[in-house]
Amino acid sequence: MKRILFTQIQGNSTGYIALLGWLGAFVAAALGAVYFMEHNGHYVTGMNNQIVWGMPHVFAVFLIVAASGALNIASISSVFGRVMYKPLGRLSTLLSLALLAGGLMVLVLDLGRPDRLDVAMMKYNFKSIFAWNIYLYTGFFAVVGVYMWMMMERRMNRYTKIAGTVAFIWRLALTTGTGSIFGFLVARQAYDAAIMAPMFIIMSFSFGLAIFILVLMAVSNGTGRPLGDVLIAKMKNLLGVFVAAVLYFAVVQHLTNLYATEHHGVEAFILSDGGIYTGLFWFGQILIGGLLPLALLYHPTTGKDRMMIALAAAMVVIGGMAQVYVIIIGGQAYPLSIFPGYEVSSSFYDGIVGSYSPSLPEVVLGLGGVATTLLIVAIAIKALPFLPATLADADIDPHYVEPEPEPEPEEADSDDEGEEAAEAA
Amino acid sequence: MNTVRGIFAALLLALTAVAVSPAGALAADSGVPVPSPAKAFKGEQCVEPVETMRREHMVYLKHQRDETLRDGIRGQKYGLNECIDCHATADPSIAGGKIRTLKPFCKECHAYAAVSIDCFACHSGKAQNDKTGSLLPNEKEEMADDLIRMVKAHTNAPAIGDKK
Amino acid sequence: MSDTTFNAARRRLLAGTAALAGISVAPGIRLISTAEAAVSGPASAKNRWGLLIDSNKCDAGCTECVTACKTEQGWTGNDRPESDPQWIRKVNLKDNKTGATASLPVMCQHCEHPPCVDVCPTGASMKREDGIVLVDKHICIGCRYCMMACPYKARSFVHEDVHNQKQHMPRGKGTVESCTLCVHRVDAGGTPACVEACTEKAGRDAMVFGDLNDPASEISKKLAKHVTTRLRADLGLEPGVHYSGI
Repeated sequence: MKRILFTQIQGNSTGYIALLGWLGAFVAAALGAVYFMEHNGHYVTGMNNQIVWGMPHVFAVFLIVAASGALNIASISSVFGRVMYKPLGRLSTLLSLALLAGGLMVLVLDLGRPDRLDVAMMKYNFKSIFAWNIYLYTGFFAVVGVYMWMMMERRMNRYTKIAGTVAFIWRLALTTGTGSIFGFLVARQAYDAAIMAPMFIIMSFSFGLAIFILVLMAVSNGTGRPLGDVLIAKMKNLLGVFVAAVLYFAVVQHLTNLYATEHHGVEAFILSDGGIYTGLFWFGQILIGGLLPLALLYHPTTGKDRMMIALAAAMVVIGGMAQVYVIIIGGQAYPLSIFPGYEVSSSFYDGIVGSYSPSLPEVVLGLGGVATTLLIVAIAIKALPFLPATLADADIDPHYVEPEPEPEPEEADSDDEGEEAAEAA
Repeated sequence: MNTVRGIFAALLLALTAVAVSPAGALAADSGVPVPSPAKAFKGEQCVEPVETMRREHMVYLKHQRDETLRDGIRGQKYGLNECIDCHATADPSIAGGKIRTLKPFCKECHAYAAVSIDCFACHSGKAQNDKTGSLLPNEKEEMADDLIRMVKAHTNAPAIGDKK
Repeated sequence: MSDTTFNAARRRLLAGTAALAGISVAPGIRLISTAEAAVSGPASAKNRWGLLIDSNKCDAGCTECVTACKTEQGWTGNDRPESDPQWIRKVNLKDNKTGATASLPVMCQHCEHPPCVDVCPTGASMKREDGIVLVDKHICIGCRYCMMACPYKARSFVHEDVHNQKQHMPRGKGTVESCTLCVHRVDAGGTPACVEACTEKAGRDAMVFGDLNDPASEISKKLAKHVTTRLRADLGLEPGVHYSGI
């Protein structure tokens, strides 16, 4: 394999500037939405005392879960030694950090008192999974940041494997923590299940890889960098496995519940009479997010068509959003079972399916999180050499692997750009 | 060019104004008039000397708020309600001056020191009738009765009209 | 001390001529002395405050407890029932099989092992030594995780600006709140407003407040006599609120 050359993007084309402008506009709109929501109070959103977590949480959880998954590619190369993925390690860590930043932004800006973020950073209740997550999330930035540095700084390359391993373990913990936010809730019929943690891990693999494939294709297209078919084929096969695994976990989750009479009510709600939630489950999560992408990825014709692979990845993202929506909103909409066996009524919506319709500011805030993620990636690939100059099969095929060169002598170590420009020459 | 000249003119004007005004002379050091919070509505002596209160009130308040809310210790001297009791004043800009509130008193120095507080996000800061010390016309009657009840309790005097 | 003295003091006061600090109506007595009020507390684990609610005495049409709570704590809403807070609500039950009905108030159950306290990231959701579960709004960041965790739907999020809060019950937009068991009354030796209203206004006596740790208290005696129910007892949270008649 040839020596990998990483370069920044030029970043002066009209398209690039326009992209930054659009993303910036979305972020600005999100900040405006936050001001609107915080100034008036949350009554202007679709959230209420029945559905306490809404669209911002769907976006935030999706992005945070995907953040962990976007690290897949880096892990596969550093931890599991697949050389072919090595050129993608830098982008993988970058996307991962950017997704986490976007998700956390949404989560934090939806708080009732976002001005008290310092309180959340200084006062901890260590029995709270949220408190653990604050450590898991901030720790993820540190761990993945160091990992990225090990990959990008030649002198540190030999520590890449150890840093990658730590990051791999950390991301598993992070997604376990995120899944446990719901898994440890005894109060609600739809949650309180240990399967949430592993299910969130496998969801992260799938959503994160789908987003990575989309971003990689977009970047290659936009910057005219070759992208080899062998690499794409490997990634789409991997995505197929993950999508199937997510389906499997969904089946186990619901079968377990269906077996216990206690949970028949909530299962009937999600699977057959929950209206929008039933629709999102079958058409969003199962069909668009599972069966159709599987068909596209493994069909002999569409499985070789890059557009179709991109479409499948986009469907995984849409289906993933639907799945998180069903889990978060659907799980809350089903009424609490405080008096099992009784018909209940009250002035506080006891026994009634909670109503929720996402408001515009919530959706704008969520999209602002996505825009923040993409903006970070767009700016970072201009500032630092994250992208390999080529991903053509001939350049990264493992058969061309040569022994790693010894680390350069100290004096040759100028900054990354200079060094790599020299190599290019 | 015109803009620049305009800014200079404005600056000069502002400086002159500060220099000739008495407040400006007082605050020659900082250039901003020193705050002069309203005198206490009642009482002559705060729970601690004024100098101490200026520096430490936030520590006292924060410490006691935790003790009151989390531990259930009540009736200590550093409560926000005690501040309200003496320092709440009627301000024409708030409810037409019909109520006494603590906000103007706090705002005076906090605006000067650029320290934002969020006490009033939850606490109304308003003096209420169930506390002694409210002496706005509508509150006087009640307070007088309260005081008399209190004295009686202290002196174990028989209630007015009691027959022995 | 004579009536005349009092009346003179009262007149002087109303005329606004009295010296404000320390009006001397009798030697050695300072009238204005809020700081001298007796210090009470801390809340002690020797007490465990709780409620016993007898749904047989409760009527579906009566909401005096709810009204009393609103008045006492000031959580009147803005005519937006989905987002307005409700610290206490009347729930009407109908047995699916037999058709029998019951009515009872539901509020924070003041659990021995409250899930809201477990999940709160900052420790704002907390349980006092005497079992009263509260939100420390000083450090509540408004994440609503406690609302997700509460099996009783006891908590409300303050969805909009609040004005004219009661001095004993600060409330503010962006934080979570719930029944305090009228902690300000309890600390002063009183009973919660709902219990008082049930007896005095509604004349039903369906609610008893007291110390579950004191075997001599009315509530303990009643609990010892009849089997009672606790909501979602299967969760093992050991609520401080007991129900009978369901």
